[in-house]
Amino acid sequence: MAVDEQVLYSVKNVKKHFPVRGGILQRVKNHVKAVDGITLDIYKGETLGVVGESGCGKSTLGRTILGLESLTEGELVFNGNNISNYSSRQLKPFKKEMQMIFQDPYASLNPKQRIGDALEEALIIHTNLSSLERRERVLQLLNEVGLKEEHYERYPHEFSGGQRQRIGIARAISINPSFIVCDEPVSALDVSVQAQVIKLLRDLQEKHGLTYLFVSHDLGVVRHLCNRVLVMYLGQMVELAPVHKLYENPTHPYTEALLSAIPRPTVGRKRERIRLKGDLPSPSNPPTGCPFHTRCPIAQNKCSTEKPAWREIDEGHFIACHER
Amino acid sequence: MKETVLEVKDLVTTFKSADGPLPAVRGASFSVKKGETLCIVGESGCGKSITALSIMGLLPSNGMIADGSIFFNQKNLAEMSPKQMQKVRGNDVSMIFQEPMTALNPVFTVGFQIREPLMIHLKLSKKQAHMRGIELLKMVGIPSPVERMNQFPHELSGGMRQRVMIAIALSCNPSLLIADEPTTALDVTIQAQIIDLLNDLKEQLDMSMIMITHDMGVVAEIADRVIVMYAGEIIEEGRVEEIYENPQHPYTKGLLASVPNVDDPEFDLKPIVGSMPMLNEQISGCRFHPRCPFAFDKCMEKSPETFQVTDKQNVRCWLQEEGVEQNGGRRASSL
Ligand SMILES: Nc1ncnc2c1ncn2[C@@H]1O[C@H](COP(=O)(O)OP(=O)(O)OP(=O)(O)O)[C@@H](O)[C@H]1O
Ligand SMILES: Nc1ncnc2c1ncn2[C@@H]1O[C@H](COP(=O)(O)OP(=O)(O)OP(=O)(O)O)[C@@H](O)[C@H]1O
Ligand code: SF4
Ligand SMILES: [Mg+2]
Ligand SMILES: [Mg+2]
Repeated sequence: MAVDEQVLYSVKNVKKHFPVRGGILQRVKNHVKAVDGITLDIYKGETLGVVGESGCGKSTLGRTILGLESLTEGELVFNGNNISNYSSRQLKPFKKEMQMIFQDPYASLNPKQRIGDALEEALIIHTNLSSLERRERVLQLLNEVGLKEEHYERYPHEFSGGQRQRIGIARAISINPSFIVCDEPVSALDVSVQAQVIKLLRDLQEKHGLTYLFVSHDLGVVRHLCNRVLVMYLGQMVELAPVHKLYENPTHPYTEALLSAIPRPTVGRKRERIRLKGDLPSPSNPPTGCPFHTRCPIAQNKCSTEKPAWREIDEGHFIACHER
Repeated sequence: MKETVLEVKDLVTTFKSADGPLPAVRGASFSVKKGETLCIVGESGCGKSITALSIMGLLPSNGMIADGSIFFNQKNLAEMSPKQMQKVRGNDVSMIFQEPMTALNPVFTVGFQIREPLMIHLKLSKKQAHMRGIELLKMVGIPSPVERMNQFPHELSGGMRQRVMIAIALSCNPSLLIADEPTTALDVTIQAQIIDLLNDLKEQLDMSMIMITHDMGVVAEIADRVIVMYAGEIIEEGRVEEIYENPQHPYTKGLLASVPNVDDPEFDLKPIVGSMPMLNEQISGCRFHPRCPFAFDKCMEKSPETFQVTDKQNVRCWLQEEGVEQNGGRRASSL
């Protein structure tokens, strides 16, 4: 994984708020602040992990970056082009560069469509290949993700979970994108199959120089696959660091708690766990000040009133915390 | 040595199908002692839940216990009538089910659902049951339990619903608790709370527990002993230390090498090729041989015997037979 320091995608103060409607008139009563001010640069060839608890906005961030959700606020700059306000026509050449791999590839496959035809679809939209060339390309893709030529004729229900994820990957890489958002691509798979798919993602990245945004709640997989990691809490950034710094020197108290909570597959080494009090607050009514203060073991008065600044504490290592 | 609470012998559970009965559990034998936690691990579809549901007498209508015995406190559950089983479930054995959302009834309050078993099985009055219910919620660490009694499941977070499930499962002081993936749907921080809770409760109540999971990390934190299932069979069994530090079966080794270690940046991920067979797939010899990197002729022909590694560790693999050269086996075990 050769990462050069060239920025592929610049995400600036991106926000995505969903309206919450209620009452008889279905008026907008409130907003879910699913993504609430994310700023980061994604480098060419890197895998940037995004972690955090369920509902913290990981998928929404991925979808917003891909232009699948409208921006509430902020700027998206892809390869030097500010695409934030592009029309769908202007976006088309950029959409070809960005693809997504989903947690449940089955949901995104048409059950009545043969796998070969499903894979051809993107080629029809985005390339001028002849039908013979398209068939060639699909067979090559099947081979590349470890499936067989005879799978061309098969239907989605005839595949196992791991095979379906391979199809999802084949579809994502079919038109040679440079950037792929992987949203929990291995979470639904058995561990033995999960390891196969992780290896495949890594091999493809090396071969095609892909850049990944890798959304996951599995901190083991993230350590194994990512170069840098962003930790999110209630739509906000709490820590961003190169992978070894994050795991060896987690600095935000939330990151610390998250890492200490992972059950380790090693017997006998009883570690002290940092116990978090309470549950995740609602993202439609996030706490004032630091979003983590209601559960933070080291919170002081200031934390409930003042939002901590985003600051660099070591090269490439950023946190938002008053006390660290 | 502590007394044995549960003894399962040669359990075979089958499902009806157009091609005749298909076995989902193929001759499983294991036991659980008082105060002990046994973990059942293995990948999706290997038969973990069906083993548990066989013990509980709660198999789906197309499934049945075709062979074997399940002795619980000297009585064979496999031969009991549904009515007798109902009594066992209320009083001695209880289970936390795999899907927490479906396990609580959305139209009844938490209080109603926790009082009911207490009134039926322990014959408490409604008032007594209410007081006991509050105590139980407090025991599983639910804040403001008095108010919670009047709330509906959807008003609680996932972690809290799981605590309520645990409280209900413990309400009649069972001597055996079966927990089927009780933390799989939860975030790691909440999962950690539930694991700590189960460990504390088990110690307090000197209860036996069967914990089903596919997470090798969870197993290490909670198990005394472990059984590893593959395609309906128990392929390895041992103390938790034995399974992690000296795994013998190629599948157990493969499972451990498939989970990236969070604490090791250089971890060498080694996937197992292929995937779990379907119930109707015919496999000769060892059921793992099509995926096994060490398989040799005998593995394809004959189902392996059980070999004893230590007094507690058993493994079903022909590599254990004397005189078999472990080609590369040592390399895999020194991971
Ligand atoms: N279309 C939508 N309308 C309203 N609210 C939404 C919508 N999509 C997401 N949300 C809310 O936004 C928040 C963030 O959701 P998101 O799916 O991004 O979280 P996540 O981090 O991906 O969680 P998970 O780990 O469970 O996948 C949640 O509170 C969710 O309920
Ligand atoms: N009602 C049913 N009818 C037919 N087959 C069934 C039924 N329920 C389960 N099975 C099959 O029995 C086998 C064992 O299923 P079981 O639910 O015990 O798996 P499991 O190990 O608990 O998996 P998971 O980790 O996914 O929960 C599977 O192959 C499954 O498809
Ligand atoms: S019996 Fe043979 S095929 Fe089965 S696990 Fe052992 S070596 Fe592999
Ligand atoms: Mg998500
Ligand atoms: Mg199950």
